[in-house]
Amino acid sequence: MKNATLSDLFLSFARVGVMTFGGGYAMLPMLQREIVENRGWATEEELTDYFAIGQCTPGVIAVNTATFIGRKTAGIAGGIAATLGVVFPSLVIITLLASLLSNFADIPAVQHAFAGVRVCVCVLIFNAVVKLWKKTVIDRATLLIFLAALAGSLFTNLSPAVFVVVSGLAGLAVKVWGARK
Amino acid sequence: MIYLQLYWEFFKTGLFAVGGGMATVPFLREIALRTGWYTPAMLADMIAVSESTPGPIGVNMATYVGYTVGGVPGAIVATLGIVSPCIIIILIIASFLEAFRSSPTVERVFYGIRPASTALIAAAGLGVMRLCLVDEAALAAGSLLSAVRLPQILLLAVIWVLTNLVKPLKKLHPLVFIALSAAAGIAFAM
Repeated sequence: MKNATLSDLFLSFARVGVMTFGGGYAMLPMLQREIVENRGWATEEELTDYFAIGQCTPGVIAVNTATFIGRKTAGIAGGIAATLGVVFPSLVIITLLASLLSNFADIPAVQHAFAGVRVCVCVLIFNAVVKLWKKTVIDRATLLIFLAALAGSLFTNLSPAVFVVVSGLAGLAVKVWGARK
Repeated sequence: MIYLQLYWEFFKTGLFAVGGGMATVPFLREIALRTGWYTPAMLADMIAVSESTPGPIGVNMATYVGYTVGGVPGAIVATLGIVSPCIIIILIIASFLEAFRSSPTVERVFYGIRPASTALIAAAGLGVMRLCLVDEAALAAGSLLSAVRLPQILLLAVIWVLTNLVKPLKKLHPLVFIALSAAAGIAFAM
């Protein structure tokens, strides 16, 4: 396994951040090229493992994967350097865009454009939910958890965090009880 | 001490949002409703910008919200807030990776969290949908028919068909559909 300097890690992950549109799986090919092929910091299998763990642990998947690889190649400081690298492009690009957009927000054409864009966002969220549904609602118990969390978040003001904690306990209870039977 | 509060809100979001970018939406919606820092309509715009720019969506969202609430320092604080729990959790997990991966308890807990996370995103999506398709002012005035925004519903149907049923278009980047919707919004003065 090759060792990496902190600045190498920062720059490599900044490059991955710049080239990733849309996050999640869109990032995997970029990581394969930069981290596995160009740098040799991880094998294909390790990358897939990190990605899978990144998906089932809390937080932004791209950040989780960056922390993993950074830590592996240069310790805790490496984990932090890689993470700062992957978020750096977002910080710059979004801050510029947000300041630009806030100056134009009062123009009617911009408002109409965003009204149209919001409709598109509905569909994007819906499509994401359908994709997640297929992977996460896999039997009767998960369907019940889904419905309970949906009803709960639609009709109460509880923090989403409450549902995450309770559903985790419910998952544990269902599986342990199921195993005992 | 808005920065401290921003950091804390995004720390919580990073800690509990499981399953990628969209999983942050229900948390950001709840923050919007509770603090009044930004409106749910602004949140929908931020989602669109985050989807259309480079970088992980969750990080983009944090930067955008942070900037809206507290300028450049706000953007930095919110971004650090959302990545802090990721760094802590992964550094802990990495030191006993094998045990974590093969732990039945971990698998059982996430078996329950995953569908709930899907449900939270669905509920947030319904919130955005109501915001787009229903004119709350007309609804409050009791006029059901004029409360429904027809052009928006048509556009919704068109985008859904394009992204789900038209084979060559399905793989296109969301940016394409966002640009298309922006054009439609201007054309039909939505």
